[in-house]
Amino acid sequence: MRLLTSYLIGLVFGVGISISGMANPAKVLNFFDVTGNWDPSLIFVMGGAVIIAFLGYRIVLRRTSPIIDAKFHLPDNLRIDARLLAGSAVFGVGWGIAGFCPGAALPALGTGRIEVVAFVAALIAGIFGAKGLMALSGARTARVLRRET
Amino acid sequence: MPELTTIETLFTPWQSLSGGILIGLASVLLMLTLGRIMGATGVLAGVLTPSAHPDTGWRLALLAGMISGPLVTLAVTGQMPAVEVTVSMPMLLVGGVLVGIGVTYGSGCTSGHGVCGVARLSRRSIAATLTFMLTTGVTVYLIRHVLGA
Repeated sequence: MRLLTSYLIGLVFGVGISISGMANPAKVLNFFDVTGNWDPSLIFVMGGAVIIAFLGYRIVLRRTSPIIDAKFHLPDNLRIDARLLAGSAVFGVGWGIAGFCPGAALPALGTGRIEVVAFVAALIAGIFGAKGLMALSGARTARVLRRET
Repeated sequence: MPELTTIETLFTPWQSLSGGILIGLASVLLMLTLGRIMGATGVLAGVLTPSAHPDTGWRLALLAGMISGPLVTLAVTGQMPAVEVTVSMPMLLVGGVLVGIGVTYGSGCTSGHGVCGVARLSRRSIAATLTFMLTTGVTVYLIRHVLGA
């Protein structure tokens, strides 16, 4: 039940990405190219998605729990810190170069295009690289803390 | 401009709005059923590192649904979504690695922060979204109008 539900929701998302134009890097980059070949379509993607999610969340989050899970899993980290902003800034640079963001590239794998496969492979390498760096710096912090105490 | 192509894309407000509504709908349905944020970064990271995220089944199913999106779109509309990459393969890979590092440190991307977080009026997600929209725009400007000119 959980798996079928997840699959169908993923499918709705994937069809949404497909018809919205988000899966097309040329279109995404033209949205940001305000002084060049500007294509404002993506305002409609983001706008439509945010308005529906805003209204839907108002209704759904009034419930005490979701339908097939014990509780809502909402992020509890509220800090706006350097890690969040630096990470987001780096993400933007990568998005501006390639034209794919993760939510568009994953469904785009279904087109079978080799460029998408290459991008997702690089994306995965970047995720593992960052996780490795985080583990290293975490271990170093732990060593420093041990020495100080 | 040896490695750079800019492709004009058509303004598609209705398709883009419909796609955006489906993306928003998927986000609401995932919250209603599993109580989860629809974030591509979280879904992919969960699938890649199952030891850190014990509940991988729904994420794999969601991912499978996403990847089916273009094929279902092809079946319904008769057209595979366009994927036009405007940079060379090495640049695409650099972009992918940067996106992977950025979304890991920034804990989210366009779907998790940009749609779900903004819809929840999370200050953290709004800060992340403003940051990456800005750096994406600056990157596209530099590549197309400063370096590529």
